[in-house]
Amino acid sequence: MSQSSDNSNTTPVIKCESVYKIFGNNALKLLENSNGQVDAKTFQEAGCIVGVNNASFGVNKGEMMVVMGLSGSGKSTLLRCISRLTDATAGKIFIDGEDLLSMNSKQLIELRRNKMGMVFQSFALLPHKTVIENIAFPLQVKGTNTKESMAKALEMVELVGLKGRENYFPRELSGGQQQRVGIARSLAVEPDIWFLDEPFSALDPLIRKEMQDEFLRLQAVLNKTIMFVTHDFDEALRLADRIAIMKDGIIEQLDTPDNIVLNPATEYVKKFTEDVPREKVLKIESIMDAYDSNNSSSTKVSKDAIIETLAESILNSKEILTVVDNNNEIVGSLNPTKVIKVIFGK
Amino acid sequence: MLTNFKNSRPQQFSFLFIVFLLLYFLVPENENSLLWRLPPLLKDIPLLINTLLDNLMFKWLTVPVYDPDWQMYEDKPIFRIITRSIADFLLFLIIFIREIFLGGLQTIGSITGGAFKEFKWLYLPAVPWTAVVIGLFILGYRLQGLGLAFIASIGFFYVSIFGQWEPTMETLSLVLVTAPICFVLGLSFGILGYLSKKVENTLQPILNIAQTMPHFSYLVPILVLFGIGDHAGAVATIIFATPPMIRLTILGLKKISPEVVESGLMSGCNRFQLLFRVLIPTARRDILIGVNQVIMQCLAMTTIAAFIGAKGLGFNLKVALNGLKIGKAAEIGICVVIIAVVLDKLSLAWANKQKDYFANLNFYKKNLATIYFILLTTILGVIAYFSAFYFEEGFNYLYLIPFGEGLTIAPILDAGVDWIWETFFYYLNIFNKFLITNVLFVMRDAYLGMPVVSTFVLVMGAGYIIGGIRSCIIVGALILFIALSEYWNRALITAYMATFAVGVSAILGIVTGSLCARNEISAKFILGVCDFFQTFPSFIYLIPVILLFGITDTSVMIAAIAYASVPATRYTVEGLRSVPSSLHDAASMSGVSNFQRWKSIELPLAFPHIMLGINQTLIFALMMIVLGALIGTEDLGQIIMGCLSRPNGAGIGLTLGIFVSFICLAADNLIRTWADERKKLLGIE
Ligand SMILES: Nc1ncnc2c1ncn2[C@@H]1O[C@H](COP(=O)(O)OP(=O)(O)O)[C@@H](O)[C@H]1O
Ligand SMILES: [Mg+2]
Repeated sequence: MSQSSDNSNTTPVIKCESVYKIFGNNALKLLENSNGQVDAKTFQEAGCIVGVNNASFGVNKGEMMVVMGLSGSGKSTLLRCISRLTDATAGKIFIDGEDLLSMNSKQLIELRRNKMGMVFQSFALLPHKTVIENIAFPLQVKGTNTKESMAKALEMVELVGLKGRENYFPRELSGGQQQRVGIARSLAVEPDIWFLDEPFSALDPLIRKEMQDEFLRLQAVLNKTIMFVTHDFDEALRLADRIAIMKDGIIEQLDTPDNIVLNPATEYVKKFTEDVPREKVLKIESIMDAYDSNNSSSTKVSKDAIIETLAESILNSKEILTVVDNNNEIVGSLNPTKVIKVIFGK
Repeated sequence: MLTNFKNSRPQQFSFLFIVFLLLYFLVPENENSLLWRLPPLLKDIPLLINTLLDNLMFKWLTVPVYDPDWQMYEDKPIFRIITRSIADFLLFLIIFIREIFLGGLQTIGSITGGAFKEFKWLYLPAVPWTAVVIGLFILGYRLQGLGLAFIASIGFFYVSIFGQWEPTMETLSLVLVTAPICFVLGLSFGILGYLSKKVENTLQPILNIAQTMPHFSYLVPILVLFGIGDHAGAVATIIFATPPMIRLTILGLKKISPEVVESGLMSGCNRFQLLFRVLIPTARRDILIGVNQVIMQCLAMTTIAAFIGAKGLGFNLKVALNGLKIGKAAEIGICVVIIAVVLDKLSLAWANKQKDYFANLNFYKKNLATIYFILLTTILGVIAYFSAFYFEEGFNYLYLIPFGEGLTIAPILDAGVDWIWETFFYYLNIFNKFLITNVLFVMRDAYLGMPVVSTFVLVMGAGYIIGGIRSCIIVGALILFIALSEYWNRALITAYMATFAVGVSAILGIVTGSLCARNEISAKFILGVCDFFQTFPSFIYLIPVILLFGITDTSVMIAAIAYASVPATRYTVEGLRSVPSSLHDAASMSGVSNFQRWKSIELPLAFPHIMLGINQTLIFALMMIVLGALIGTEDLGQIIMGCLSRPNGAGIGLTLGIFVSFICLAADNLIRTWADERKKLLGIE
């Protein structure tokens, strides 16, 4: 809040420096003795569970970072540390440049009331409140008067497509609808930072797809800074600007979706990427060559396009294409044989 | 061989039992031998408690208080001032509520300092009984529907026309005063326990003891501290009925999913908002189930509080039983049962009712029930007023049917009892005699002939086998406390009665439960029956058995068995029904018969849960056995009873209550440790 405006472009909205979260009674002492070299197994023998192990990263304004990992890998714990639902054992966390861990409870409540919103896997709605009351709850807690908070909540109801159901109780809604309420509630205070902990994992596959589309639509409009947790690699690929893959509390790799698919950093990451259809992930940019003015046709493709979406037309044309960036500047050329290689392997 | 022994529980238990028998027969009966009986080193504890209470009430911390009657200052102990003010406050509330239902002068008198006592018109008129019945109808309808409306209103209609209105309202006024107090206390302590692990750890043992202390043992100390009367009954009731509320509040709050708590925090709640706007509303149902428990416990205790002077049905019941007027006692008993059922159903309906949304309704529609109630009450009040002219000479039956002026079936009941006695006396008597001389007395002598060392070997050995050194020491310490008192022999008698009652109840319960658990309909039915029998106060069970067997050990036994079979049956049904159906199918596919399936699959899986039921059975049986002292047995309960009429009985009463509680806790420790381990092994929960 006190951050000066000139470096707000360079300061990440969320910044973690060597964050550790270790559960157990003498966690802090063990950590101090280990000099930052935390091994899950030795800690377990000492009666401690490693939740997050040396996490360092930043999330920029408007960026969507997806945290991916199998269940128990520490994704929720990482998110809880950053929202300070649990206190990190060691390390530093900055929100908009402010030290989160040194805030007192009053400052923390202020932060949550104005800057943060969170969506939960099990929806976590209040059973005794109607849809609109649930959505208005964060506003009322903040002290907004009833009329204003109801008006704002109604706006949110429309935003998530629940108009006409504002007086239903959560028990009368389907899972997908309940999560829409959860989303609306988390957005009611118009937060800058949006945390979502496996928001669609409890839903059926078809509904999940629909909700992902809806989510992308919302993000296009709202442009929040997002940390999105999932255990579903496909979901991560669909949504993410960057993906952090976690295992045993360690972030194994943090990169863009295509880099993760093309250059998995560890064996563990590789296992996830093996079955992923490349053309669905990779952008033209990742398979283009340097621009060769002699050979290229005049047909242009965007460097940010996903290969799959253009595959048919590229293969039909059989000539070498010109790749351009957002400003229509030429950045490279694309040989259709490369596309065939991506789609059919080798 | 040795490793085999290490792993085989049956072998360990056989070995323990052989050692026990050897000790039993080898240790000679000798009053001076420590192996036979321990010296009563702790016999001064009751005296200590007495002295403590005495000092509290009469000596310590005195402050000068101005006495307006004597116009001078007098030294009074703070503690007594506190108890007196609590008593006065409670008494005021009780009388106030009572006068709403029964009419009277005292409330107004006390507010105005008695200045207006002469003015007859100031007499607070009662709500006519017809209005109460209609009110219950409306309440029942609002909470659940027509069914509950009829149950509630017809129940109270019955109570009224049978002339039990006055005692019923006296009892009800006690419940209506104590239940909200218990609710507030229970909720507050529950919340504190939820918020702080330290508070919870302190509360837990107190709750455990409170839940296993027989009703009676509370009465004597309260008698000392608060004197005799309705207020003393109210205090006893509050102390008795608050623990379950605390327990259920903590449980309910802990059950809330952590994500809901986190969603509250992320919504920006502070501690206060989190508690009152997220946690408590979310745990609403569990908390209201707690209210249901509170109401039922209050009703049970108010009937027993008759022994320290609380008015109402319990008092009349006590008088009727003392005079052996079985018909009359049964009639009152029926009323108690009716009230218990109505209160139970109403409060459960409240707990299960989900909030509806009424945004679009106007004031009239929102408050329809209240408007109807006020309207009807006014009309019925007017009718009652004018009917006073109609029933000019006698009683105004549309206003209040006085005690003993309603219908009565007591003569019919008495005739029935007489007939049963004449017809079956011979057989009943034979059965009674046989049971007493050939079973009960034999068992009793066997227990009394048990050297103390063998008791300890048995109990602590079982503790060691089941829960290791920790259980062994806990159980041993609990029993040691009793063994070092003057009342070891009495405790043995209590133990023998409990063993017998629990044994029979367990067999009855497991057999009935197993039979009924075989299909859904009968399972539901038997659970309903269990619910029904669990609603009414234990006191009630004594009426029919006295009717059949008179005042003997047999009566107490049978009442205890009837009362204690309920949890055994319930837990058996629940345990068996929770066996996954895939296992049933798997078993059926491998071609086993019904009985084989029950014996080798269902029973082992359900057994840990059934054992928890047996644990409850023991508590229930002990409560009833102690209560049985009412009709004359010679165990611990009888001494507790005796304490009521002794000037310094408080210490003894409390100590003995704690003994009974310790017996329960020792058994509880063994059973729970075993069941938990077993459940883990079987992968249940
Ligand atoms: N409150 C806690 N106390 C002890 N261990 C915990 C606690 N919360 C999480 N853990 C442990 O931390 C690890 C990471 O948990 P979590 O972050 O919930 O995983 P994920 O969300 O990736 O499934 C797990 O091994 C889990 O058992
Ligand atoms: Mg998680």
